[in-house]
Amino acid sequence: MPQHSTFDPDLPLRGRDLVRLGIDGHRWGIGWRDRAADGQTAAAISSVGAERYADGPIGRLSGGEQQRLRVAQALVGQPRILLCDEPLANLDLRYQQAITDLIGGWKERARGTVLFVTHDVNPVLGLVDQVLFVVNGRWAAGTPDEVLTSERMSDLYGSHVDVVRVHGRILVVGESTETGFNLDEPHHMPVSVEHEAH
Amino acid sequence: MDQLVNLLGYEFVQNAIAAGIVIAIVSGVVSRFVVARNMSFAVHALAELGFTGSAGFILLRLSPVLGLLTGSAVTAVFIGALGVRARSRDTVVGVVMAFGLGLGVLFITLYKGYATQAFAILFGTITGVSRGDVALLLAIGIVTLVALGVIYRPLTFATVDPEVAEARGVPVAPLAVVFLLIMAAAVAEAVQVVGVLLILTLLITPGASAERLTPKPGRAVLYSVAIALFCTLGGIALSLITNLAVSVFVTTLSFACYLASRFLLGPFFRDRRAPRAAVAAVPPP
Repeated sequence: MPQHSTFDPDLPLRGRDLVRLGIDGHRWGIGWRDRAADGQTAAAISSVGAERYADGPIGRLSGGEQQRLRVAQALVGQPRILLCDEPLANLDLRYQQAITDLIGGWKERARGTVLFVTHDVNPVLGLVDQVLFVVNGRWAAGTPDEVLTSERMSDLYGSHVDVVRVHGRILVVGESTETGFNLDEPHHMPVSVEHEAH
Repeated sequence: MDQLVNLLGYEFVQNAIAAGIVIAIVSGVVSRFVVARNMSFAVHALAELGFTGSAGFILLRLSPVLGLLTGSAVTAVFIGALGVRARSRDTVVGVVMAFGLGLGVLFITLYKGYATQAFAILFGTITGVSRGDVALLLAIGIVTLVALGVIYRPLTFATVDPEVAEARGVPVAPLAVVFLLIMAAAVAEAVQVVGVLLILTLLITPGASAERLTPKPGRAVLYSVAIALFCTLGGIALSLITNLAVSVFVTTLSFACYLASRFLLGPFFRDRRAPRAAVAAVPPP
């Protein structure tokens, strides 16, 4: 599952067609209409709750709507492992939650594996078994509780860093951003929280 | 009208119509992908270097149609080998096109008494095609359509959604080269009707008009073919009646189709039936 990408608003492609490509888009031939594939497509679309806009031109849907259809496209091929490259980028909080729930739901139902790349671990914190935290080529791996601690993070960043848990969310807060390290702070992290944490 | 029916008895008219049908079908299908893949500039380069190939073959007293096909196919391979990625593609196209056109100028200067043939290639000569040409165009057309049929689905995937297509194992880069070769064949066909300079009227406009009419990919291809047929056959008919060049009418008809799709039919059919369907959609919490 890729990052949110933009489709040309005039591209003749409906959400339904995008999902259908997930079944057999890689096979040779024309791909005539096929009842079984249509059924699978429809089921995948309703599993992500996208029936209402699945027949609209894909380029005119909102980012969140497109990402829902992306989930359907990824799952309709019945994968065993789902590779997600920042699927939550550029989505608002409500859609981040919706997409996370869809992926989490599939992980439970299908007992599948999800490899999820993200700048912000918070939206998926409840679903994560293992974290690989990468900072400038250095890394730490383990369960979230093992990795996301002040000691491990300070070690990784090579500078004093506090890991603060607030309302079940994790904030990684550095003393200074002028010394050259970049914390990749969550986009939505309010600045005021950072100051209070100091 | 009587005049037109009488004309149908002439062999050159029958040839023109037969060739026109084949050419329009190929152009219609290919033009959908040209538009979706943003390859207008590449089409133009293939056509102009087809001209170079054609001029070279005439100089050697060989078939100009085959020369056209050779010129555009060689160009397709060059463009494919040097720049498949969209960003570098335009630059490569420009570089190759400039050199190739230079060769074309050389061939023209070397050949004496060339003017009419050159004019025919630049502006189209559909009413001048022979039975042999029709057979050749039909053969090229069938090969092109079969090749497109084989790669249609993965090419669609690679066109609309290249990253995911690649992840699913679609050979995106090789497909781009194969599609360039298909474009080269389509160019060799369409040049017969409208010539090198007006090629875009058959390889861009039908596809661009069709996408205004429907959000369904398959139907967009059908509409594109229908528009190409209408413009080509309508152009041939009007040209026979008025004795003016075919290209004049084909370009006029295809521009009219575009304006009608964009401002009349499109807003009415496509946008009203699928009104920003989803705009108002609020995701369930």
